[in-house]
Parts: sequence; structure tokens; C-alpha cells
Amino acid sequence: MVSRVFKKLYIYLTLLFLYAPIIVLIVFSFNDSKSRGKWTGFSLRWYKDLFSNDSILKALYYTVAIALLSAIISTIIGTIAAIGIHGMNGIGKKVILNLNYLPVLNPDIVTAVSLMTLFKFIGIEFGFSTMLLSHITFCIPYVILSILPKLKQMNKHLAEAAMDLGATPMYALRKVVIPEIMPGIFTGALIAFTLSIDDFVISFFNKGAGVTNLSIEVYSMARLGINPVINALSSLMFVGSLALLLFINKRNDKNVKKKGRVI
Amino acid sequence: MKMKALSYPYIVWIAIFIVVPLVLVFLYAITANGGNLTDARVTLDNFRKFMDPKYLDVLWISVKLALQSTVITLVVGYPIAMIIAKEKPSKRNIMIFLFVIPMWMNFLLRTYAWLTLLGKNGVINFIVTSLGFKPLDLLYHDGAVLLGMVYNFLPFMVLPIYSVLVKIDKSLIEAAEDLGANKFQIFTKITMPLSIPGVITGITMVFMPAVSTFVISRLLGGGQYMLIGNLIEQQFLWVGDWHFGSAISIIMMIFILITMALTSKFDSEKEGSRGLW
Amino acid sequence: MKAESKISLLLILVTAISFLAIGCKDDRPTLNVYNWGDYIDPEIIEEFEEEFNIEVNYSTFATNEDMYISIAKGGTSYDVAFPSDYMIERMINEGLLAEINKENIPNMKYIGEEFLGLDFDPENKYSVPYMWGTFGIIYNKTMVDDVVDSWDILWNEKYADQILMLDSQRDSIGVSLKRLGYSLNSRNLEELEEAKNELIKQKPLVYAYVGDDVKQLMVAEEAALAVVWSGDAVSMIRENNNLEYVYPKEGTNIWFDNMVIPKNAKNKELAEEFINFLNRPDIAARNADYIGYSTPNVAAQEQLPEEIRNSQVAYPSRDILENTEVFRDVKDMLSIYDELWLEVKSHR
Repeated sequence: MVSRVFKKLYIYLTLLFLYAPIIVLIVFSFNDSKSRGKWTGFSLRWYKDLFSNDSILKALYYTVAIALLSAIISTIIGTIAAIGIHGMNGIGKKVILNLNYLPVLNPDIVTAVSLMTLFKFIGIEFGFSTMLLSHITFCIPYVILSILPKLKQMNKHLAEAAMDLGATPMYALRKVVIPEIMPGIFTGALIAFTLSIDDFVISFFNKGAGVTNLSIEVYSMARLGINPVINALSSLMFVGSLALLLFINKRNDKNVKKKGRVI
Repeated sequence: MKMKALSYPYIVWIAIFIVVPLVLVFLYAITANGGNLTDARVTLDNFRKFMDPKYLDVLWISVKLALQSTVITLVVGYPIAMIIAKEKPSKRNIMIFLFVIPMWMNFLLRTYAWLTLLGKNGVINFIVTSLGFKPLDLLYHDGAVLLGMVYNFLPFMVLPIYSVLVKIDKSLIEAAEDLGANKFQIFTKITMPLSIPGVITGITMVFMPAVSTFVISRLLGGGQYMLIGNLIEQQFLWVGDWHFGSAISIIMMIFILITMALTSKFDSEKEGSRGLW
Repeated sequence: MKAESKISLLLILVTAISFLAIGCKDDRPTLNVYNWGDYIDPEIIEEFEEEFNIEVNYSTFATNEDMYISIAKGGTSYDVAFPSDYMIERMINEGLLAEINKENIPNMKYIGEEFLGLDFDPENKYSVPYMWGTFGIIYNKTMVDDVVDSWDILWNEKYADQILMLDSQRDSIGVSLKRLGYSLNSRNLEELEEAKNELIKQKPLVYAYVGDDVKQLMVAEEAALAVVWSGDAVSMIRENNNLEYVYPKEGTNIWFDNMVIPKNAKNKELAEEFINFLNRPDIAARNADYIGYSTPNVAAQEQLPEEIRNSQVAYPSRDILENTEVFRDVKDMLSIYDELWLEVKSHR
């Protein structure tokens, strides 16, 4: 009994901790003035301005598009790579793993600038594709990192057993391995999406004219003062994500009742 | 084994997008003169320059801060992962998303919001003083920076640990209970050891970027000290000395990889499947 | 629907959206503009696009250094950029800028004499002034009872933990140099050492080294004194009239953001058209009003509301302006400045 109360309290405290700044953000999106230091009155003007602000809407579009694409692509490549790496042994494996860590441990500026130099050297035209490629580059290591422990945890004879029973390697992969490591794939994709949506430095140096994302817009406003239109947008994004989450959850509940299975 | 072949496409990717840039960084680090690599001479001067107390001090502070935030994040995050992992499957996914969604809001905005919360006249102090207490000093010191770091890195610790905890073979726990183990013993002897792969991933995903992070300390620490990430960025952006900046990066890289190698010694399986030496 | 088909549908959807993004090309000529964030009235861009039937690709940057690297070492060509004084000097010296054909910019005649022919671009061959400002001390009248007229007040122990300095090398070292009576662009090692030591002495009194958050902090009265830019001061005072802005008697910095055309620009004439457009008095006035900083366009100044035009904060008098200095590129001294700043920051 006591432990259940403690657990609930702990979770609620943590959620409060995580959401306190978000609530502040949302509240100030209704602030009449540009200032984050003083509440001057309730106003919807930033929400109004948001819908006529083309550059920010364009930034939103690119941010979400790149985040979704890089999350999906890096999860696919990362999953296959993780399974492959898991099957390796010896020095080769260690080298590959260490190389894999580099985008994680390097400061953003080093990754950004070295990728920029690489792209310039190859001669790719900077634009949407270079930004996407750079995002995928720093997302894949995190996906691999998320999936490897699951592969380690998985009983290594599971796949063998399936193949002994007549499954082809592809079938064993699809129906046995992947469901086992699904939590890892799920968290990997989530982490990739989260990283991509908030990236500034790497995106800034690897984009072309006319492509931008929300982080770049926000940081560029740092000198003059962040236009609260961004607050309004963030609040809408937040509410939107919550709504999407609740919606998916309702559908999942239906799924569970139907098939008794969730991710 | 056929599985190995699956990694080949990624190896090609690594070769292009990670190795080549790494080689570039390395080349910059061992040369000097001019912003171009073409008319440069090979030298170890850049590395020598770093071996000065003022720079080593910067590295030391960064690592110390990263260690502290990693430990706190682990201590705070592990229970969260455990609690969520024990919930019903339908509830679990929602809770995980709830933990991650705040991270989708822009980092700068979230950190600025902390200023509003922690300031002398901020929200928290408003509540504290209304209750009759003296205002708290919550900003522009190490505590605030650690708070910010934990805030930003928590999901990266919770998620990997959760993904491992969620699939711990329940029959092992049941067997232990049948044999008379109490909750504490079950945790220390079964749950925790089995969750180590996830913990190591969590530590990796937090410690490594934490060493090179500096924006949080700039915003919540009042820019009171210089961190290695800051130093590197200054070299690339302000001073324009890509050679020195690259050298510092290489030194930092080596340092972190060694630290992580020591951590992986905790990995019970000796086959070295974690990597890192 | 099975999970696999859901995923494939999502994939197709997303790929389709991305192709739409890449494939959507305009027939109109495009102009690549590279500016600070929120540093132009969005309506003005739309008007320009309509009048000249051009599409403007607006990209933003956060600091001069970011902009410099992406122009010098990156792979995109921009047609117009808005760097600051010292960066323009560097770009000219490195041959990154194209000469401007002044015959295409007749509206340059509206720009005040005192804003042309400055040291970083003596004949305005490469740049046209866009916005300018100064920096000075902003303080809270209710929290400071001494007279504020000198940089010394930022070293006054009475205000320990109430002082905010800028987390920017040149700006803070500059304040220290000015206070000692030296030039903001000093290349003298002794002067720089002295400035550094003064900053180290000041450090225990500094509440924080801040960036844009200085506005939020001063308005919320978290500190008593801060170093800020004039444009920011205007909006801060509007939010909290306990705040006042002064120009210290030792002198201060005047900064300029000018419009330049990078050498690899693809649409030089269009760029000049844009620069000319921005200098139409009514356009410049609206722009200045939106941005909140000071315009060098004299004809536009006359169209501004009286309280701004006569504001000593936004448009200080001649004698104050004469006591100001522009930042120059310190080139080879950059690493020295950097090391000094490192020592100040690392000091504990």
C-alpha cells in the first residue's frame, strides 16, 4: 500500500518536474507583451500572428518532415545494422561499435562542420537532402545503442530454434527476432525523433537557402528577442502531440481488446 | 553467419559519413597554418598547446559535471523506468510518450522557462515567499546547471533501461519468489543484474553528450565557467582555429572512449560484445 | 489494419510529402536573403515579392561567426546578407564580398552622412547601412541609488550579485577596455592584460554572464544593472519603466549591421534592387518600427513617432555619438582575446 503511494508520488513529482517549464511556456504564449519577464495581460495576438507568419510555418513543416523521415530511415537502417553487429565478433565488432559512438560523443559543432566539409567536398547541393542526411547520421547511433541491449537480452537460441523448426532466416527475423527487440526499436525511434526535432547546430551548417527548421529560427532570434509566435506554436505542437497520443492510446485499447496484443 | 552481412550496408554508411569526417578532423588536428589543409604542415603543436593547466582544467570540470549529472540521472531515472515497466502494456506506452513529449519543445525555450521558474522573483520563489519563507537562491550556480542537465538527459536514461526491464523473464522472478526471496533480494540479485545492458546504454547516451554540452551551463549557470564543448566551439566559430579545435576534439574523444571502456568492465559478459576496447 | 501495412502507409505518406517539398519549384526568380532572426518586417518581404514578382528565400543565422562560416566554407550562395561592422571588415579583407553598384541604389541618398564612410568600409564600396545601435548600461532606478554615469558602477561592490554582464568576448572585454580609457579594438598586450585583470576582479560581483535573457531578467527585476544594446533597452523600458539607459562618460560602442552582397551571389542586380527597396523612407520607417532598433535612413527617421525620434536611447545626440567607437576586426589577435576570455571565465 505504502509503496504504491510512494510510486505514484514519485511519478507525479517527476512529471511535474518535466512539465513545469512547458506550462510556463504555454502561459506566456498568451502574454500580451513580447517579454518573458512580466505578465502584462491576456492576449491571443501571437496565435493570430502565427498563422500569417509564413517563415515559421515553413520551418515547422521542415522540422516535422525531417524528424519523421530521419526517425523512420535511421530506425530501419539502425535495426538492420544492430542485428548485423550483434552477429559479429572480435576486433572488427569493437572497431565498428566505437566508430558508431562518434556522433554521440562529438560536440555538435564538430559533427556539423565536418559533415559540411564532406558535403562540399563531394559536391552535393546543399538543401533538404543534406540536412536529412546529417540528421540520419547522428540518429542511427542512438538507434543502434537502443537495440543492442535488447539483442543481448534476447535468448540467442530463439532464432536458431525457429530455423530448426523450418523457418527461413527472413521469417525468423521478422517473426521472432523483431518482436523480441521491439521495445528497443520503439525507444530508438522515439529518441531519434526527439533528437532530430530539436537540432540546431548540425542543421544550420548543413542546409541550403530556403530550408530551415524551428530550432534554427529560434536560435536566430536569440539576438533580438524571441518572437512569442514561437511560444504559441510550441504550445499548439504540445497540445497536438498530447491529443495524438490520447488518440493512439484509444485505438490501442481497442486493439488489445480485439487481439490481446500491443507493441 | 548470415546475420553479419546485415551490417555491411551500415558499414559503408559509417565509412562515408563517420570515418571520412573523422579523418578530416584528425588531419586538421595534426596540421597548422591556414584554414586549408592544402598548404599546412604536420605538427603536434595543437596537442601540445592543450597540455596547459588552463585547458586541462576545462576538461576536468566538464568531465566532473558530466559524471555528476550522469549519476543523478541514473538514480532519478532508474526508479521511473521500473515503475513504468511494471504497468499494464496499454498504460506503459502512454507513460513513455508522456516522458518524451516535453523534449519535443525547443530546448532554448524550455531552458528560458526555467529562468522564469527559478529566478529570485520567479514562480517557485513566488510560492515560497507566499508561504512565508525566505526566497531561495535557485539560479546561476552548479545546482541549477545539474538540474538543467538532468532535465534534458532524463529520457535518454529512462528509455533504454525501460526497454530492457520490460522484457525481463517473469518466470525468473516467480521462481525466486517461490524459493523464498524477498523483494529486496529479487531486485538486487535478479532485476538489477539483468538490466545492466540497458543501464550501460543509458549511461552511454547521457555521459557522452554531457561532456560536450555547454549551452545549459551558459544559460542556467550564468556563463560562470568554460566547458570543453564551449572551448571547441569558440575555436571553430570565433577564433577560426580549426586546427586547435580539432585537436581538442580528438583529445576529448579519446578521453571519453577510455572512460566508457572502464564502465563496460561492469558488463558481466566478457565476450566484449559492447565494444570499447 | 496490420502493423506492417500501417507503417508502409506512413512511409509512403511521408515520402510523398517530402517530394512535394523538393519538387515545388517556382518560376519566379529567387533571391536568397541571409539575415538575423526576426530582423525584418515580414510584410515588407511580401510587398517586395509582389512588386517585383520575385520569390524571397529567407534564411536566418544566430551570430556573425555562424554566418561567416557558412558563407566562406559552406556550399550555399546567398544574394544579400546582413553582417555586422567587424565581420564586414573581415569579409572584405578576405575577398568574400562583391562591389556594390551604387547607381542601382539611388535610395542610398537618404542615409545620414554620419553613417557612411566608416572605418570598416571607408567608401561604402561593399556595404549599405541597415540598422545601428549602441550599447550602454541599463539599471533599475528603484534598486540603484548612486548616480549612474560611468562603467565604474559595474565594479561597485555595493551591487554584488546584482550585476549582469554580456556573455560575449568582444563586448565584455570592450567594456573593461573602455572603462580603463583604452580603445575597444586595442592590440596592446599590456592594455588587454589590464582589462582582463579588471574583469577577473569584477567576477565575484557578477550575478551572471547572459545573452538574450538579459531582457527577461531586467524586466523581472532579478538584477539591478546590466550591459545591453540600445534597441533592447527601448523595449525593456517600455515593459518596465523603473529601468533607465545611460551612456557612460568613458564612451561606448556603436555598432552597425549593413547589407552586403557575397561574391558568389547569383542575382546581384536583384540584390541591389532589394537593398534599394529597403531604403525607401516609408519602408525603412516601418521596418525600424517593427524591429525596434535605430535606422540610419534620415528620411525614415522623420517618419518615426516623436517619442522614438527624440529618444536619447534610440537616437542619442551628436556629442554622445562622437564618444563612441566601432568594433574592428582584430584578426591575428583573436586567439589572444579568446585566451583572455578563457582566463576570465575559468577563474574561480
